[in-house]
Amino acid sequence: MIRVQEEDFDVGIELSKMTDEHFGIGAQSCFIGLVRDMANQEHISAMTLEHYPGMTEKQLRKIEKEANQRWPLNDVLIIHRFGKLQPGDRIVLVATTSAHRRAAIESCHFLIDWLKTKAPFWKVESSLSGDSWVEAQDNDEREAKKWETENT
Amino acid sequence: MQLLYFGWVRARIGKVQETVNLPTHIKDVSALIKWLKKRGGGYHEAFQNLNLIRVAINQEITTLDARVDPDDEVALFPPMTGG
Repeated sequence: MIRVQEEDFDVGIELSKMTDEHFGIGAQSCFIGLVRDMANQEHISAMTLEHYPGMTEKQLRKIEKEANQRWPLNDVLIIHRFGKLQPGDRIVLVATTSAHRRAAIESCHFLIDWLKTKAPFWKVESSLSGDSWVEAQDNDEREAKKWETENT
Repeated sequence: MQLLYFGWVRARIGKVQETVNLPTHIKDVSALIKWLKKRGGGYHEAFQNLNLIRVAINQEITTLDARVDPDDEVALFPPMTGG
Protein backbone atom coordinates (compact mmCIF):
# COMPACT_ATOMS: atom_id res chain seq x y z
CA MET A 1 0.00 0.00 0.00
CA ILE A 2 1.09 3.52 -0.82
CA ARG A 3 0.32 6.69 1.11
CA VAL A 4 1.51 10.23 0.46
CA GLN A 5 0.45 12.53 3.27
CA GLU A 6 1.24 15.64 5.26
CA GLU A 7 0.39 14.19 8.66
CA ASP A 8 2.56 11.95 10.86
CA PHE A 9 1.96 8.21 11.20
CA ASP A 10 2.11 5.79 14.13
CA VAL A 11 4.78 3.19 13.37
CA GLY A 12 3.42 0.64 15.86
CA ILE A 13 -0.11 0.79 14.51
CA GLU A 14 1.02 0.66 10.88
CA LEU A 15 3.28 -2.35 11.47
CA SER A 16 0.62 -4.23 13.44
CA LYS A 17 -2.01 -3.65 10.77
CA MET A 18 0.22 -5.40 8.24
CA THR A 19 0.57 -8.59 10.25
CA ASP A 20 -2.71 -8.89 12.19
CA GLU A 21 -4.51 -12.12 11.26
CA HIS A 22 -1.86 -12.99 8.65
CA PHE A 23 -0.37 -16.10 10.20
CA GLY A 24 1.76 -17.04 7.21
CA ILE A 25 4.02 -14.04 7.79
CA GLY A 26 7.26 -15.01 9.50
CA ALA A 27 9.21 -11.80 8.94
CA GLN A 28 8.59 -8.08 8.87
CA SER A 29 11.22 -5.51 8.04
CA CYS A 30 10.97 -1.74 8.25
CA PHE A 31 12.90 1.44 7.60
CA ILE A 32 12.05 4.84 9.04
CA GLY A 33 13.64 8.02 7.68
CA LEU A 34 13.89 11.03 10.03
CA VAL A 35 14.77 14.71 9.73
CA ARG A 36 18.27 15.37 11.13
CA ASP A 37 19.15 18.57 13.01
CA MET A 38 22.51 19.04 11.26
CA ALA A 39 23.53 19.34 7.61
CA ASN A 40 26.87 20.63 6.28
CA GLN A 41 27.87 21.66 9.83
CA GLU A 42 24.77 23.83 10.13
CA HIS A 43 21.91 23.58 12.55
CA ILE A 44 18.70 22.76 10.70
CA SER A 45 15.47 24.27 11.99
CA ALA A 46 13.10 22.73 9.42
CA MET A 47 12.93 20.60 6.31
CA THR A 48 10.24 21.23 3.71
CA LEU A 49 9.35 18.51 1.24
CA GLU A 50 7.76 19.31 -2.09
CA HIS A 51 6.43 16.61 -4.43
CA TYR A 52 4.70 16.06 -7.75
CA PRO A 53 1.12 15.06 -6.87
CA GLY A 54 -0.12 12.32 -9.17
CA MET A 55 3.30 11.29 -10.38
CA THR A 56 4.48 10.58 -6.83
CA GLU A 57 1.71 8.03 -6.31
CA LYS A 58 2.42 6.50 -9.75
CA GLN A 59 6.14 6.14 -9.06
CA LEU A 60 5.58 4.67 -5.60
CA ARG A 61 3.12 2.14 -7.02
CA LYS A 62 5.68 1.18 -9.68
CA ILE A 63 8.39 0.69 -7.05
CA GLU A 64 5.98 -1.37 -4.93
CA LYS A 65 5.14 -3.55 -7.93
CA GLU A 66 8.83 -4.06 -8.71
CA ALA A 67 9.49 -5.28 -5.14
CA ASN A 68 6.54 -7.69 -5.38
CA GLN A 69 7.92 -9.10 -8.61
CA ARG A 70 11.40 -9.63 -7.20
CA TRP A 71 10.59 -11.11 -3.79
CA PRO A 72 7.82 -13.35 -2.43
CA LEU A 73 6.14 -10.74 -0.24
CA ASN A 74 2.84 -10.71 1.63
CA ASP A 75 2.66 -6.95 1.70
CA VAL A 76 4.50 -3.69 1.07
CA LEU A 77 3.77 -0.41 2.84
CA ILE A 78 5.28 2.94 1.84
CA ILE A 79 4.19 6.09 3.68
CA HIS A 80 5.93 9.26 2.51
CA ARG A 81 5.25 12.67 4.04
CA PHE A 82 5.46 16.12 2.46
CA GLY A 83 5.21 19.68 3.79
CA LYS A 84 7.17 21.34 6.58
CA LEU A 85 8.87 19.00 9.08
CA GLN A 86 11.03 19.59 12.16
CA PRO A 87 14.20 17.76 13.25
CA GLY A 88 13.21 14.40 14.72
CA ASP A 89 10.06 14.17 12.60
CA ARG A 90 9.45 11.01 10.61
CA ILE A 91 9.68 11.49 6.81
CA VAL A 92 9.13 8.01 5.45
CA LEU A 93 8.14 4.52 6.50
CA VAL A 94 8.91 1.49 4.36
CA ALA A 95 7.77 -1.91 5.61
CA THR A 96 7.62 -5.36 4.06
CA THR A 97 6.29 -8.70 5.19
CA SER A 98 7.18 -12.18 3.99
CA ALA A 99 7.31 -15.79 5.14
CA HIS A 100 11.08 -15.50 5.65
CA ARG A 101 13.55 -12.82 6.73
CA ARG A 102 15.70 -12.60 3.60
CA ALA A 103 12.90 -11.43 1.30
CA ALA A 104 11.60 -8.97 3.91
CA ILE A 105 15.01 -7.40 4.66
CA GLU A 106 16.27 -7.26 1.07
CA SER A 107 13.07 -5.83 -0.38
CA CYS A 108 12.94 -3.15 2.33
CA HIS A 109 16.53 -2.16 1.51
CA PHE A 110 15.70 -2.11 -2.21
CA LEU A 111 12.61 0.05 -1.68
CA ILE A 112 14.37 2.77 0.28
CA ASP A 113 17.30 2.84 -2.17
CA TRP A 114 14.88 3.28 -5.09
CA LEU A 115 12.82 5.91 -3.28
CA LYS A 116 15.95 8.06 -2.92
CA THR A 117 16.36 8.49 -6.67
CA LYS A 118 12.99 7.62 -8.24
CA ALA A 119 10.36 9.24 -6.02
CA PRO A 120 9.62 12.83 -7.14
CA PHE A 121 10.34 14.67 -3.89
CA TRP A 122 12.57 17.69 -3.37
CA LYS A 123 13.79 18.89 0.02
CA VAL A 124 14.70 22.33 1.33
CA GLU A 125 16.66 22.63 4.58
CA SER A 126 16.19 25.82 6.59
CA SER A 127 19.01 27.11 8.79
CA LEU A 128 20.19 30.46 10.18
CA SER A 129 22.00 31.18 6.93
CA GLY A 130 18.81 30.67 4.89
CA ASP A 131 17.19 27.93 2.85
CA SER A 132 19.12 25.46 0.72
CA TRP A 133 17.99 22.65 -1.56
CA VAL A 134 19.16 19.18 -0.61
CA GLU A 135 21.31 17.93 -3.46
CA ALA A 136 21.03 14.43 -4.85
CA GLN A 137 23.98 12.34 -3.67
CA ASP A 138 26.11 10.38 -6.13
CA ASN A 139 26.21 7.46 -3.72
CA ASP A 140 22.37 7.39 -3.62
CA GLU A 141 22.44 6.94 -7.38
CA ARG A 142 25.06 4.18 -7.03
CA GLU A 143 23.08 2.39 -4.32
CA ALA A 144 19.95 2.46 -6.48
CA LYS A 145 21.85 1.29 -9.59
CA LYS A 146 23.25 -1.68 -7.67
CA TRP A 147 19.75 -3.20 -7.66
CA GLU A 148 19.52 -2.95 -11.43
CA THR A 149 22.40 -5.36 -11.96
CA GLU A 150 22.08 -7.64 -8.94
CA ASN A 151 20.19 -10.90 -9.28
CA THR A 152 18.00 -11.70 -6.35
CA MET B 1 1.33 22.56 -23.50
CA GLN B 2 1.18 22.37 -19.73
CA LEU B 3 4.55 22.96 -18.05
CA LEU B 4 5.27 22.13 -14.41
CA TYR B 5 8.37 23.07 -12.42
CA PHE B 6 9.64 21.59 -9.16
CA GLY B 7 12.52 22.06 -6.70
CA TRP B 8 15.05 24.78 -7.50
CA VAL B 9 13.83 24.88 -11.12
CA ARG B 10 10.50 26.16 -9.76
CA ALA B 11 12.24 28.52 -7.32
CA ARG B 12 14.46 30.05 -10.01
CA ILE B 13 11.66 30.44 -12.56
CA GLY B 14 9.28 31.67 -9.89
CA LYS B 15 6.31 29.68 -11.18
CA VAL B 16 4.76 26.33 -10.30
CA GLN B 17 3.17 25.88 -13.71
CA GLU B 18 2.22 27.63 -16.92
CA THR B 19 0.55 26.92 -20.23
CA VAL B 20 2.57 27.68 -23.36
CA ASN B 21 1.81 27.67 -27.09
CA LEU B 22 4.65 25.72 -28.56
CA PRO B 23 6.26 26.91 -31.83
CA THR B 24 5.86 24.12 -34.38
CA HIS B 25 9.63 23.60 -34.79
CA ILE B 26 9.96 22.35 -31.21
CA LYS B 27 9.86 18.55 -31.30
CA ASP B 28 11.77 17.39 -28.23
CA VAL B 29 12.51 18.32 -24.61
CA SER B 30 15.97 19.74 -25.41
CA ALA B 31 14.49 22.16 -27.95
CA LEU B 32 11.76 23.10 -25.47
CA ILE B 33 14.36 23.91 -22.79
CA LYS B 34 16.45 25.92 -25.26
CA TRP B 35 13.33 27.90 -26.20
CA LEU B 36 12.45 28.55 -22.53
CA LYS B 37 16.04 29.51 -21.72
CA LYS B 38 15.87 32.30 -24.33
CA ARG B 39 13.32 34.06 -22.12
CA GLY B 40 16.30 34.93 -19.91
CA GLY B 41 16.15 35.78 -16.20
CA GLY B 42 15.10 32.89 -13.99
CA TYR B 43 14.61 30.59 -16.99
CA HIS B 44 18.22 31.13 -18.07
CA GLU B 45 19.40 30.52 -14.54
CA ALA B 46 17.27 27.37 -14.09
CA PHE B 47 18.50 25.69 -17.26
CA GLN B 48 22.19 26.61 -17.08
CA ASN B 49 23.38 23.07 -16.39
CA LEU B 50 21.37 20.50 -18.34
CA ASN B 51 23.15 17.65 -16.53
CA LEU B 52 21.06 18.58 -13.50
CA ILE B 53 17.72 18.72 -15.31
CA ARG B 54 15.31 15.77 -15.20
CA VAL B 55 12.08 15.52 -17.14
CA ALA B 56 8.75 13.71 -16.93
CA ILE B 57 6.24 13.67 -19.79
CA ASN B 58 2.68 12.92 -18.69
CA GLN B 59 4.10 11.87 -15.30
CA GLU B 60 6.55 9.32 -16.76
CA ILE B 61 10.30 9.87 -16.33
CA THR B 62 12.04 10.20 -19.67
CA THR B 63 15.13 11.72 -21.27
CA LEU B 64 15.90 15.15 -22.76
CA ASP B 65 15.76 13.74 -26.29
CA ALA B 66 12.16 12.54 -25.84
CA ARG B 67 9.52 13.83 -28.24
CA VAL B 68 7.00 16.41 -26.98
CA ASP B 69 3.48 17.03 -28.27
CA PRO B 70 1.33 20.14 -27.74
CA ASP B 71 -1.12 18.36 -25.43
CA ASP B 72 1.57 16.86 -23.16
CA GLU B 73 2.11 17.68 -19.50
CA VAL B 74 5.86 18.28 -19.23
CA ALA B 75 7.54 18.59 -15.84
CA LEU B 76 11.10 19.90 -15.45
CA PHE B 77 12.98 19.48 -12.18
CA PRO B 78 16.33 18.75 -10.49
CA PRO B 79 17.38 15.20 -9.53
CA MET B 80 14.85 13.74 -7.10
CA THR B 81 15.64 13.43 -3.40
CA GLY B 82 13.03 11.11 -1.96
CA GLY B 83 13.22 8.91 1.11
